[in-house]
Amino acid sequence: MSAETQDADLESAKVPLWNDPKVRALVSQVLLIILVFWFGYEIVTNTLVNLERQKIASGFDFLNTTASFGIIQTLVPYTEASSYGRVFVVGLLNTILIGVIGIFFATILGFIVGIMRLSKNWVVAKVATVYVETIRNLPLLLQIFFWYFGVLSALPTARNSLALFNESVFLNSRGLYLPKPIFESGSGLIGIALIVGLIATPIMLRWAHKRQDATGQQFPTFWTAVGLIVGLPFLAYLVSGLPVSMEYSTKGTFNLTGGLQVIPEFVALLLALSVYTASFIAEIVRAGILAVSHGQTEASHALGLRNGPTLRLVIIPQALRVIIPPLTSQYLNLTKNSSLAVAIAYPDLVSVFAGTVLNQTGQAVEILLMTMGVYLTLSLVTSLFMNWYNAKMALTER
Amino acid sequence: MKTKILSIAAGAAISMMAAQAASAATLDDVKKKGHIQCGVSQGLAGFSNPDDKGNWTGMDVDVCRAVAAAVFGDATKVKYTPLSAKERFTALQSGEVDMLSRNTTWTATRDTALGLNFAGVNYYDGQGFMVRKSLGVTSALQLAGAAVCTNTGTTTELNVADYFRANNMKYEVVAFEKADEVVQAYDKGRCDVYTTDASGLYSQRLKLSNADDHIVLPEIISKEPLGPVVRQGDDQWFNLVKWSLFLMVNAEEMGVTSKNVDEMKGSSNPAVKRLLGVEGNFGENLGVGNDWGYNIIKQVGNYGESFDANVGPDTPLGIARGVNALWSKGGIQYAPPVR
Repeated sequence: MSAETQDADLESAKVPLWNDPKVRALVSQVLLIILVFWFGYEIVTNTLVNLERQKIASGFDFLNTTASFGIIQTLVPYTEASSYGRVFVVGLLNTILIGVIGIFFATILGFIVGIMRLSKNWVVAKVATVYVETIRNLPLLLQIFFWYFGVLSALPTARNSLALFNESVFLNSRGLYLPKPIFESGSGLIGIALIVGLIATPIMLRWAHKRQDATGQQFPTFWTAVGLIVGLPFLAYLVSGLPVSMEYSTKGTFNLTGGLQVIPEFVALLLALSVYTASFIAEIVRAGILAVSHGQTEASHALGLRNGPTLRLVIIPQALRVIIPPLTSQYLNLTKNSSLAVAIAYPDLVSVFAGTVLNQTGQAVEILLMTMGVYLTLSLVTSLFMNWYNAKMALTER
Repeated sequence: MKTKILSIAAGAAISMMAAQAASAATLDDVKKKGHIQCGVSQGLAGFSNPDDKGNWTGMDVDVCRAVAAAVFGDATKVKYTPLSAKERFTALQSGEVDMLSRNTTWTATRDTALGLNFAGVNYYDGQGFMVRKSLGVTSALQLAGAAVCTNTGTTTELNVADYFRANNMKYEVVAFEKADEVVQAYDKGRCDVYTTDASGLYSQRLKLSNADDHIVLPEIISKEPLGPVVRQGDDQWFNLVKWSLFLMVNAEEMGVTSKNVDEMKGSSNPAVKRLLGVEGNFGENLGVGNDWGYNIIKQVGNYGESFDANVGPDTPLGIARGVNALWSKGGIQYAPPVR
């Protein structure tokens, strides 16, 4: 609004300037913004001055300094000679790993239990009820300790490992040891085949959908998808002359060496997070399904659809509209709860970066800002994705 | 995002302001509030450990009590804050505690980049390894490929990395935040090796389900001078903590103990007179009463008494004096004279 029109307004209304609601709103907002900026400025300068006065190092130079400590699980190459910046990446990836896999299992388990609770079978429904009511009412940290110190440490010791599948898989209290695939030259073809499969699948799905809309004929989409994603790379594997070999774990002096080790800290945290979050998701799923009126089920049955297809094609798509928003909150909770990893030595971001690195450098302000920035970013990305999915699933009004 | 950053910064700055207020003159603040807030471990027998009545005892606790005796003439005027290895420096920097006496290793980074000062060494330690006897290991050099349990945020974590790297051995480190969880994980067989300062190994071994099944390997892989820590920039408080510790060592050297301190007050030895405040005004220079030395020895005891009562051969820990003997008796405990 320009000054002229404002004056005109004032004259016509004959209101004193300080009583004009528009002017008041403008002035108060400008004042608030100035206040907020002044506050922010004061905070930052005050912190810097005090850090300086207390002779505490500040700035982000520490990220290039050698870390010189070991980390038990690293997804990217890391040695003790790597920098603190590398530690940040390692911790970040470990956090993302537990977050993504945790969300995957929590969703599957949550949907199963949620549907079980609605089962007409008394035993099935009660089992699901007991699960939900027990798990969601126990503190998560306690459950993490239960899985870690209670369940997993009861596994046999390293020297008495359980050997499974003809000594290719081992299980002991130090973790699960799987054969590790070694990709030799020529194995690039398999990767290409996998990518082709992954791109072709959604195209195939869309085509099948259109064809069904046009002709009413169904297409075996599931088996075609399996063929594209699994069969195509396997074919490439055969064609390129079996270029992948397996590295098996062997018994060393103390532990098994070689192969792919899944550490018990990861398993305990994954179990605790997925089982705990699934109990909440189950309730969300139950609420979502109950929100779809029973008339929909009856209508579907009247059309001749059996229970399975009714659930899959009629009820769940409608229930999803109710389920997705609260489900997003649970995903965010799971990611944030993964910071409890610090209690059982899983090397997530909080444990190695906001823990060990902070302790060694003493630069609390910088490190905590970075850590909070990471959780904020992860949560916002999850939110964005879920909001997009929600918009996609929302009722299209015609 | 912006408001989030601001509120974070606000929290940080407010704590910094508090720290600033605290570090201006810690001694005045301490006198005003009537007690010393001392940061200690979360329970390490012999160093800082609460007994069944909730009273804290140990060598590190004795340093806090000595400072309280010097300031208030009353060694009980201490409140303790148990801190994890990870939290300890932040707690001191932010002014939550007045001093840290928590088996903390004096290193260059901690002394220079963290805004802290080490006020001396009350226990010369070194890092060791503990393993199960059943493994049949006799030297740390046989530990290639072992899983090692340790604490996060400690020099231990760094030393073990250096040691295995230097000897070209592979290892797997499992690092917990709390010492109790390290012990529990080791006890349950998650690791082959438990590593921490040798004194800590003797102390934590008492917590294992069957202490006799475990041995401490002969190698000591590092120097761990443990001592009290204060904030940098408050020389008066730094001097007071430093000299409270020196006084205990000097007292042992002169043979002044908590039992004979009253007789020694009448001693004709000028060094003892200065130590006990009969002559000179050393207490005044430190900002406390001239009888500070007397109070410390009377209520806390000398260094040797503290050692024997908490970690010495007659305690469950059974640690020999070793390098912690006085310089005059073959050790390296040496304090500048009160003069």
